[in-house]
Amino acid sequence: MFEELGTTAEGDMLINIGPQHPATHGVLHLVMTLNGETIKKTEPHLGYIHRSIEKMCESLTYRQFVYVTSRMDYLSSHINNHGCSLAVEKAMQIEVPERAQVIRVIMDELTRIASHELWWGAMAMDLGAFTPFFYSFRERETITDIMEETCGARLTMNYICPGGVMMDLHPDFQKRVKSFISLFKSKFDEYNELVTGNIIFQNRMKGVGVLSKEDAISYGCTGPTARGSGVSSDIRKLYPYEVYSKVQFDEVLETGGDSFSRYMVRINEMLQSIKIIEQLIDNIPEGEFQAKTKAVLKLPKGEFYQRVETARGELGIYIVSEGGTTPHRIKFRSPGFSNLSALGHMVKGSKIGDLVATMGTLDLVIPDIDR
Amino acid sequence: MNNEELKLKLSEQYPTATFEEGGEWVNMFLEPASFITSALELKNHPDFHFDYLFCLTCVDWKTHLNMVYHLTSTKHRHAMVLKVKLDCNKPEIETVCNIWRTAEFHEREVYELFGVNFLNHPDLRKLLLTDDFVGFPLRKDFEDPINMIRL
Amino acid sequence: MLSLENITNAVHEWLNATLNPNLALLSEFLIVGVLAIALFAVLGLSLVLMERKVAAFIQIRLGPNRVGPFGMFQTVADTLKLIMKEGLTPDGADKFLFNLAPYIVMIAAMMLLAPIAFAKGFQIWDINIGVLFLTAVSSISVIGILMAGWASNNKYSLLGAMRSGAQIVSYELSAGLSIITIVILTGSLQISDIINAQANGWWIFKGHIPVLISFVIFIIAVTAETNRAPFDLAEAESELTAGFHTEYSGMKFALFFLAEYINIFIACAIGATLFLGGWMPFHIGHWEAFNHIMDFIPSSFWFIGKTFFLIFLMMWFRWTFPRLRIDQLLNLEWKYLLPISLVNLLVVALMAVMGWYF
Repeated sequence: MFEELGTTAEGDMLINIGPQHPATHGVLHLVMTLNGETIKKTEPHLGYIHRSIEKMCESLTYRQFVYVTSRMDYLSSHINNHGCSLAVEKAMQIEVPERAQVIRVIMDELTRIASHELWWGAMAMDLGAFTPFFYSFRERETITDIMEETCGARLTMNYICPGGVMMDLHPDFQKRVKSFISLFKSKFDEYNELVTGNIIFQNRMKGVGVLSKEDAISYGCTGPTARGSGVSSDIRKLYPYEVYSKVQFDEVLETGGDSFSRYMVRINEMLQSIKIIEQLIDNIPEGEFQAKTKAVLKLPKGEFYQRVETARGELGIYIVSEGGTTPHRIKFRSPGFSNLSALGHMVKGSKIGDLVATMGTLDLVIPDIDR
Repeated sequence: MNNEELKLKLSEQYPTATFEEGGEWVNMFLEPASFITSALELKNHPDFHFDYLFCLTCVDWKTHLNMVYHLTSTKHRHAMVLKVKLDCNKPEIETVCNIWRTAEFHEREVYELFGVNFLNHPDLRKLLLTDDFVGFPLRKDFEDPINMIRL
Repeated sequence: MLSLENITNAVHEWLNATLNPNLALLSEFLIVGVLAIALFAVLGLSLVLMERKVAAFIQIRLGPNRVGPFGMFQTVADTLKLIMKEGLTPDGADKFLFNLAPYIVMIAAMMLLAPIAFAKGFQIWDINIGVLFLTAVSSISVIGILMAGWASNNKYSLLGAMRSGAQIVSYELSAGLSIITIVILTGSLQISDIINAQANGWWIFKGHIPVLISFVIFIIAVTAETNRAPFDLAEAESELTAGFHTEYSGMKFALFFLAEYINIFIACAIGATLFLGGWMPFHIGHWEAFNHIMDFIPSSFWFIGKTFFLIFLMMWFRWTFPRLRIDQLLNLEWKYLLPISLVNLLVVALMAVMGWYF
């Protein structure tokens, strides 16, 4: 009888948030146990867009599998491609030309800004403010235009490949990136005025969805989610790859552990990304954009692990090779998967409105979680 | 600690463990029986302090399954790979989700994709696949003629 | 000069001259009914269009601009679409209450039109307890919302309806108390008396800071009462998909939608009448020439202008602020607005007794 009414024996209400729901931004399904408006238990059900990318990759060559990863976390597809290329390059000891390295890092940071812009708008929309979405998309549009010019695509770029990048930069690239930087800097204060300083917004975010430092580590949280709890976890700083060791930038850390801290980390990370791009954009070295590699890549026997910092956290690519042209096993350790596992712990005992605020600052991308 | 020191320390601590060469980090093999106590110790021992499980997965080697745990320490910043060989026919291992809570979701994923049974797991159900799915898709002997995953 | 008062008087005299008094009254009822429904349609269409245009303006986009000049017929097209849609009733819903709810909300909104003075001498029913009537009838709509949420057999609807119930019942206190400040100053509940008391200055200027405070509280409270953002918890699409009207479709949904906009209009009309002088033109002291120019603008323009200014204000709120959480919403009312309005009421009462206003 209780199942029929959708209540538990204690009289708590069971409610399905998703798979089709405006706040989940995709096909995430949460089964919640509610007592009135208070959340007692949250249980994520995943897999609505599980495509078994790991199995798929087992029959793809090392050149091909990079492109599948664009479809995982589609908001930071450059960084996914980058991680896979790095893993292959590390295994084969390919020396990537300096020019390609700088291009890759600039692209990564542009992707990060674009991803955070989308997050900012979508999160504000979760909280009931519609307007920020349009403001953030105004700037994001410039980035996607720049991407389109150079890579030929706006979302799944497939630009970074093992050995370098697919093609050279568009002649206007530097000019357009610079104009984007000045545009972004002039508009950035608007973001803070419209949302960050708003008293309603601060009340909604502060003290909501608190994740302590110990829990963040235990749940394997990475990226802005962990850094909002004071865990130093920026792969770009801890295990620098490519030219990240040569550029000056700060790891943004907040110690509150609540939604507002995560929000501030992401907002300030955009400025750090701008700082990185500013240092590199005038110093793109001349030379080859791609190393000379064989048409068919054969990885030596062994295990290779590469971590990169995507917009959502640490992406790990674990390749087990038996020496052939295809991997024996590939594991993608996606940041969203671990971050989501902490959600149930974070929202326990809070209101439905807090669930939305917490989920918004986790910045979940469902294809990244389901793979 | 760098890799050599870590390996030396680990071999002192776990005389029964075997080590594998190659890879970026120290690869240590443990027996399933002694695995859970060692894992707990790896986390709590002040010299190791492996408090962060950043990747948990399984590899099918046809003859056996390998559980792979990538561990790192947020304090010492060293990393290691912990591996446990499992029997292909009856893969069973103690859960680590009391030690690293991120393992709860990762183990559920491994359970449905490889069929590894995690003992004492609080909520061992299918996570990504539908409840009525038969077979373990990431095993090498898995063939599904209808949903062609293999390209 | 175009004066609505003359037109209504002429119609009244003509009807009484040609028909016997009972028939004349009946035909006046009919005319008023037709006009009220026409006003509803026009208000609904224009306010929805206005909302979309204001939203577009705030959100750096163009808004509807394809159907008709400046997209003026967009809402007409939308209404046609909604009329033609099938009105689904979900399985397991309480069919009678489910279908009744939108009409209750609608009728409550319609009844509120009665005592509102649209222009000088242009009022459906100048009842002597006008303000009391407004506050009493406006609380009926919550019954419709609760009914809709309960009868839908949907948990999202139920949560939305419960939120809405808690919200409307609480905010009615503040809205009522801020209205009472004006009643104290005027000494009458009749709308025409309140307007006439503002002939030498609107209450918002005459009443010093206490009336300003009650005006701000009134605006906050009616925003909450009409379930508008930032108090749109009853709908809260990112939390409860669409709140109490999740299961409604077609014309039944349109009735809820229309009622929301009519309620906004009425709330703003009440605000304009009580605080901004209704149809009274804007006068400054003894500037005879200026006052004369102001008098030249028809009274209906004054009323509509003030009302739409307040409506614009509410739309501005909606497209700027994030939504509050349910406990914060109730805290705001019970811990801040209610005590402030109670103290404010005392101050206003003192002011009225001592005659400390212009």
